[in-house]
Amino acid sequence: MAMVEAQGTGGGAMAALRRAEPVVVPVLALLAGLVVFALFLLTQGRSPIAFFGYVWQGAFGSAFSWMNTLSRAAPLLLAALCVALPARLGLVVIGGEGAIVLGGLAAGAVALPLAGVPAVIGLPVMAACAMAVGAVWIGMAGALRHYRGVNETISSLLLAYIAIALMNHLVEGPLRDPESLNKPSTAPLDEALRVGMIPGMDVHWGLVFGAIACVLAWVLVERTRWGFAARIAGGNVRAAEVQGLPVGRLILGFTALGGACAGLAGFFEVAAVHWSANASLAAGYGYTGILIAFLARHNAIAIIPVAILLAGFDASSGLIQRRMDLPDATMQVLQGIVFMAILMSDAAYGRLPFFKAKG
Amino acid sequence: MTDFRLASLRPATPALLSRRDLLRGTAALGGMAALSMALPGAARAQSGLTVGFIYVGPRDDFGYNQSHAAGAAAVKAMEGVTVVEEENVPETQDVQKSMESMINLDGATLLFPTSFGYFDPHILTLAPNNPDVRFQHCGGLWSADKHPANVGSYFGYIGMGQYLNGIAAGHASVSKKIGFVAAKPIPQVLLNINSFLLGARSVDPSITCQVIFTGEWSLAVKEAEATNALVDAGCDVITCHVDGPKVVVETAAGRGAFVCGYHADQSALAPEKYLTGAEWNWAKVYTDMVTATLAGEAIPNFVRGGLADGFIRMSPLGPAVPEAGRAQFEAVKAEIEKGGFSVIKGPLKDNQGNIVAADGEAFLETDPVLEGMGYLVEGVIGSTS
Repeated sequence: MAMVEAQGTGGGAMAALRRAEPVVVPVLALLAGLVVFALFLLTQGRSPIAFFGYVWQGAFGSAFSWMNTLSRAAPLLLAALCVALPARLGLVVIGGEGAIVLGGLAAGAVALPLAGVPAVIGLPVMAACAMAVGAVWIGMAGALRHYRGVNETISSLLLAYIAIALMNHLVEGPLRDPESLNKPSTAPLDEALRVGMIPGMDVHWGLVFGAIACVLAWVLVERTRWGFAARIAGGNVRAAEVQGLPVGRLILGFTALGGACAGLAGFFEVAAVHWSANASLAAGYGYTGILIAFLARHNAIAIIPVAILLAGFDASSGLIQRRMDLPDATMQVLQGIVFMAILMSDAAYGRLPFFKAKG
Repeated sequence: MTDFRLASLRPATPALLSRRDLLRGTAALGGMAALSMALPGAARAQSGLTVGFIYVGPRDDFGYNQSHAAGAAAVKAMEGVTVVEEENVPETQDVQKSMESMINLDGATLLFPTSFGYFDPHILTLAPNNPDVRFQHCGGLWSADKHPANVGSYFGYIGMGQYLNGIAAGHASVSKKIGFVAAKPIPQVLLNINSFLLGARSVDPSITCQVIFTGEWSLAVKEAEATNALVDAGCDVITCHVDGPKVVVETAAGRGAFVCGYHADQSALAPEKYLTGAEWNWAKVYTDMVTATLAGEAIPNFVRGGLADGFIRMSPLGPAVPEAGRAQFEAVKAEIEKGGFSVIKGPLKDNQGNIVAADGEAFLETDPVLEGMGYLVEGVIGSTS
């Protein structure tokens, strides 16, 4: 009896440990990366203590810093989902930038005939168009993969270049507002069609929708049969096909869903930040999203803290430049080292003595 | 390597499950936060004027951003002024946060966000909420009825510099074909292309200028491709309007073509092939504006200047410019500095055959019509769309 009880608690603790592993390993890797970066700073004769002090101050040290960090995190949440969702099927989609750009362009273009329409109708229509365009764009990479066997990593990246060229062409040509002389843009949005700030915060609503999207994506992947099927297919396509899972539809669905998230990010860039579509839409959020999704190990909930962390690095970059007279590339070095550390930590799963099953 | 990894991993590992350690850690974190909160006041307690500069690209790009950073360096040398700078700030909400950060954390009251795309909506969003801060924006068209009073715009008539570039090019060219690598078909760029060709045509009316638009302000690969394509097409003098002319200058000189610089002095990159260059002289503009602010005077909201005002200057003529070219270059430069000189004057057609300036019609450099230019003049091979 006593024996069984002891085993029971032991098993429970082990289970808890195993659940902790996906959190503990990346956190340790992050810390290891920070240590390596601190050594790098020392070789440059700079104080790591001052550096991390400024990172803290610039990213999280005050209400203003938090607003700075959170507003940078807003587009990154949705951009990361564009990578994380297809990744559960084993697809590496890195062209989210294209869906953001075209989503933003679609929102800006469709807003023109919507001028005068109340926001309750206009904004959802704009968002829906942006998501649809984003879904088609990344869905195309999924379709190429499924029907033609084209590598989705390459095709999605190339599609991003096409998307940016298409946006430049339309913004400088047919959709150009003649008033926008030296920065070609679509006509400014009607005042009613601009998305405002979250009450009491200096952050637009994209943050809330991004966080909701992350939660919904987590539920989809972890708690529904579609998500279960996707994870099976991601583990072994052949086995999934043998089981009769609709692998093709899953690929199309998950790539399209990822694209829709990126398109929504583009919608918020236009409706909440720029108030028109122009070349500033290609700001690289899609590429930062790749980093975040990988750091979060494609877990949609984990995207939220990781995006906030990277946004915080970004938010403190200015302060680092101004106070320590370090170049902007410093933050890229830090991000690169952290990224490498977390990728390498993949090898640590199941090997850290602490998490090893005993006996 | 292995030892290091273990060393960095080990201390943190066993501590995680102990609540006491966790509490201790949290307390330490709180202490660090308190310390860092205390930092800004201590580090930033200074009197005088704090001026912020924001660049869209790297400070050392041999081009647009470097020209502004050189201006900032001149301000830095002034008495009673602190300069804070940020580079690589995109034209997104990032620039709003950078400006707010300079205002909130550094106490900046005079800002120079130097990229055109920072203006609308970013500066226009922040300015009304920060009435005590002066936002000086490069390149915009400030107008009293549309924009806040604490915003100002400034720019220079650098098209005149491209006209002088064209004179040097006209004398150096043998093939009578010159080339222009351009970012985007926008008024500022189109005026430069047209001025470059018209300068060259003032030497030899048979000269043509081929233009290639890269579509981006900074895209090294396309700039190199465009330069190579122009040289392949027979162009033997190349100039450009992109943010960082380094790639164009080095590629063109490497192919044996002459080059005219832009934004900053690139002669060091191609000493033998560099003819001259149209440079910004922001040091003069910025020190003037900061001097005025220190004296308690208001900076005018709309500032423009040219060669005569010291906003623009030419790189020293290179060894490849022939004697006749030097004489004409200096003579025209002196004439421009006197004032009243027009590059765009009739009879002049665009390259579609439409008349853009009737016989006897002339546009001075100060004419706002030129800031809305939408055409390429006759003799330019290329299209705005």
